[in-house]
Amino acid sequence: MTQEIKKTNKTEWPLWEVFIRSKAGLDHKHAGSLHAADAQMAVENARDVYTRRMEGVSIWVVESRHIHASDPDQSESMYEPANDKIYRHPTFYNLPEEVKYM
Amino acid sequence: MSNSFQEHFDRLIDSEVTIEPKDWMPDDYRKTLIRQISQHAHSEIVGMLPEGNWITRAPSLRRKAVLLAKVQDEAGHGLYLYSAAETLGVTRDELYNQLHTGKAKYSSIFNYPTLTWADMGAVGWLVDGAAIMNQVPLCRTSYGPYARAMVRVCKEESFHQRQGFEIMLTLSKGTEIQKKMAQDAFNRWWWPSLMMFGPPDAESPHTAQSVRWRIKRLTNDELRQKFVDVTVEQAKVLGLEMPDKDIKWNEERGHHDFGAINWEEFRNVVKGNGPCNKQRLETRKKAWDEGQWVRDAAMAHAEKRKSRKKAA
Amino acid sequence: MDTNSKLQIPNSKLLDYTLRLADDALILGHRLGEWCGHGPILEQDIALTNTALDHLGRARSLYQYAAELFNQMPADEKKQVFTSVAIQNLVSTGANVDEDDLAYLRDGWDFRNALLLEQPNIDWAYTVARALFYDTFNYFFFTELSKSKNESLAAVAEKSLKEVTYHLRWSSEWAVRLGDGTDESHARMQKAVNELWMYSGELFTPNETDEEMSRAGLGVDLTKIKPLYMARVQEVLSEATLTTPPDTWMQQGGRNGRHSEHLGYVLAELQFMQRAYPGMEW
Repeated sequence: MTQEIKKTNKTEWPLWEVFIRSKAGLDHKHAGSLHAADAQMAVENARDVYTRRMEGVSIWVVESRHIHASDPDQSESMYEPANDKIYRHPTFYNLPEEVKYM
Repeated sequence: MSNSFQEHFDRLIDSEVTIEPKDWMPDDYRKTLIRQISQHAHSEIVGMLPEGNWITRAPSLRRKAVLLAKVQDEAGHGLYLYSAAETLGVTRDELYNQLHTGKAKYSSIFNYPTLTWADMGAVGWLVDGAAIMNQVPLCRTSYGPYARAMVRVCKEESFHQRQGFEIMLTLSKGTEIQKKMAQDAFNRWWWPSLMMFGPPDAESPHTAQSVRWRIKRLTNDELRQKFVDVTVEQAKVLGLEMPDKDIKWNEERGHHDFGAINWEEFRNVVKGNGPCNKQRLETRKKAWDEGQWVRDAAMAHAEKRKSRKKAA
Repeated sequence: MDTNSKLQIPNSKLLDYTLRLADDALILGHRLGEWCGHGPILEQDIALTNTALDHLGRARSLYQYAAELFNQMPADEKKQVFTSVAIQNLVSTGANVDEDDLAYLRDGWDFRNALLLEQPNIDWAYTVARALFYDTFNYFFFTELSKSKNESLAAVAEKSLKEVTYHLRWSSEWAVRLGDGTDESHARMQKAVNELWMYSGELFTPNETDEEMSRAGLGVDLTKIKPLYMARVQEVLSEATLTTPPDTWMQQGGRNGRHSEHLGYVLAELQFMQRAYPGMEW
């Protein structure tokens, strides 16, 4: 990977990832990121930046450096083994017509 | 090895698959993206200033609130775009630094002054209109974070052009002086708006590469033509005269022909010789420099809190 | 819709009271709007603009109600209320006034906002200190006003209270951040608190309108909320490691239309379009 090394800047507010629940009953979904000096401010900034048009009812924030991500170079070994496990999906099973909803 | 990475990347690009931050990408691609996304972000932030000028002078409470919300949206758009650029391994502070030292460019249009209230109409109608035309294709651009930022931007942007057109419509249906104001703003913003699409394709070296990478989906000239065609119709609704005597429908091309753009002016404004280049940059620098102690204080306080928590 | 006639309070008093709340909101909204594009960091630029929009929204609701009250007055009385030539002209044609007429066509002496709110932004510390005093006042004020017998005012108060609760959180947190941040921010914040302190007393000094409105159960008893305000401000300042200024001479006048020099400049910009191009739709 050719990821450039970040110049560390002591005065820059850390970067946070924002997750928003758009309405009750739904999952929190990644909305974007922002800068804030601390977690409390990050939640408030998220409210002001990402919910101006009533986009949310609940906010999560996490400092970006705490996110651990899977490596795309390993995606074959990570995700392809699931491809042939179609028996995990309901459509794998044939049921008689009479049993309409199951 | 690097070849196979390149091939894999090319395959993704050609099959319209999205590139994500941790995917391997050619250095050129990364650099081009950082340049384009940050230029775009800078344009949003500098773009707050010409309209911000009129927040204190908006002629009604409704217009004042709308303008404030609009300029605020531009701050939001800048923020989304800086965030997208940050996924490429550059910090917002570095990007600001490039802006403040004149190393980074932003859209030249914002180096023109806003002289009357009608400019709020013309900017919304023409400048945002041109911007939307540039931006909509970018919602499907190859770099994921950029595309997602653009989806958000475009969603919010749609009210901007409408409010601008509404201002123009109100003025053009108003008194003589209001009509004069509207026409004057149209005259001043028309040519700079056409320049927003960038130099002609023949002189635009990046276009072919950028189109393939889907960080650009239509060429400068294609977009410009599209903009001229729709604006001619909208100007009729407003009852305003096109500020170009050479505009004429060309049956054969199925498009409007239009007059020659003054590229000499364009190059000069880009170079820093526009009416407001100096003032815009100084205003941004001033805001940033005067905010330093505030940002420092917030960090210092957060550090104090953390260490107190640890001690407890 | 209103029952104030039964409560025997002259419309002019209710109008005066409504206008002062509207003017507070407009003038502060205008001041905060000046920050838009010039804030210390994008996130806070956006945050402060949200607050400005809350204030402007409240100003509009209140001006609309004030216009309603004004338009109901007998013609003779209307002529007495505002002396600006622009409003007098409107009244003489028998036309109704609207929210924009009240915001853009009254002269400085007809504005009833507190002096605190017209003070210039100067820097982030002054902006935060002004906000802290006003948001704290607003929080307790609107809590009380939501119980008003006047349905219109109570409704505005109830909606505003949600907004103000957030404003107060913002200004309190920033006061603490700046006070307990760096040496520089501490010094700046203390200076701002000291200098704006003399404008904070006016918020709690009842004039005749306050007394009548409060007696009739329509307005807020300022003496009741003052101790709550003091306790809260002191709590925030002490958490911010700042010194609460001693009891001092307090500036007065805004509520009666006697302002600082700053208001004139605010109005010169705010009202420019409506004054230069009278009687047009925008």
